[in-house]
Amino acid sequence: MSDLPTTAIAPVSSAAVADYIQILKPRVMSLVVFTGVVGLVMAPGHLHPFLAAVAILCIAVGAGASGAINMWYDRDIDRVMRRTASRPLPAGRMLPGEALGFGCVLAVGSVAVMGLAVNWVAAELLALTIAFYVFVYTMWLKRRTPQNIVIGGAAGALPPLIGWAAVTGDVAWGAIALFAIIFFWTPPHFWALSLYKADEYAAAGVPMLPVVAGTRETKRQMLLYTLVLWPVTAAPWLLGVSGLLYAVGAALLSLLFTVSAVRVCRDQSDRSARRMFVFSLAYLALIFALLLIDHAVVTPMTPVWGGAA
Amino acid sequence: MAADLPDGPQDARMRTIRARNRALLLVLIGLVALFYALTFVRMGGH
Repeated sequence: MSDLPTTAIAPVSSAAVADYIQILKPRVMSLVVFTGVVGLVMAPGHLHPFLAAVAILCIAVGAGASGAINMWYDRDIDRVMRRTASRPLPAGRMLPGEALGFGCVLAVGSVAVMGLAVNWVAAELLALTIAFYVFVYTMWLKRRTPQNIVIGGAAGALPPLIGWAAVTGDVAWGAIALFAIIFFWTPPHFWALSLYKADEYAAAGVPMLPVVAGTRETKRQMLLYTLVLWPVTAAPWLLGVSGLLYAVGAALLSLLFTVSAVRVCRDQSDRSARRMFVFSLAYLALIFALLLIDHAVVTPMTPVWGGAA
Repeated sequence: MAADLPDGPQDARMRTIRARNRALLLVLIGLVALFYALTFVRMGGH
């Protein structure tokens, strides 16, 4: 027999590899990586393909780290909501400390590798993204204001800037245009979801707009944001970062997004909101795919006011 | 025979731990390879 004292027994983790992958929010990560790649490709200049791959890896890992820390902090409200109750922490498969430690190690590691391998401007932007998502969105805004995802959306909009900065070492207007597209897309995207999950958000005490201001006001604001997206998505073309192919495609997609918001306004059931949520994912992916295609097949025109984008 | 018995919770837990250890080993090997390749790429530029 051992003579060691046995007064306290450490909790035992039953987390599998799949649980560690799940807390990185791989679906969110895929969109983050895609927009980061577009920023990297659209930026003027050249980056060694291996370093470009490392930059994308760092963006992916940084996004995953944010997701892990977010799941650690939100484990109490995740337990209340059906959508999130099966996540590793609320389901009891992972210990809170494991998720926090995993997230912190990945956050520090991704920023350090980005700085050492690519450049420190991209690393600082990555650190800002993680810090903004964790401290500003998750810890400060999410449970306090219905504008949580409006302001917090900045974190999700930063990856194209990181990709751009990985190539150029700075941030230009073209990169800010990509940031603005995601920033103004975020509210109608999340409010579409929160329209048909309002009861869950209310039960969890998260003041999403439909919970606080009602569905009518939420639908009105969603429509306004889709209208704002018309000039915002045209910005890359106006800045000379992309060509006419993108401009026409973006206008068409924005028209469909606005039509989808109008349908939500007219529909008293959840059906249109569910459709708009799914379409919003396709909308952003297609806008950024168009930027890539346009960049590959069309030579960008001169900015309308002749300055560098 | 013991081999015919169904797996108990302890066996399942051991399998999970082994899978985690293997994943960690792969990540560490990946990191070594990453820094090895990074060194060549960064030095190749100068």
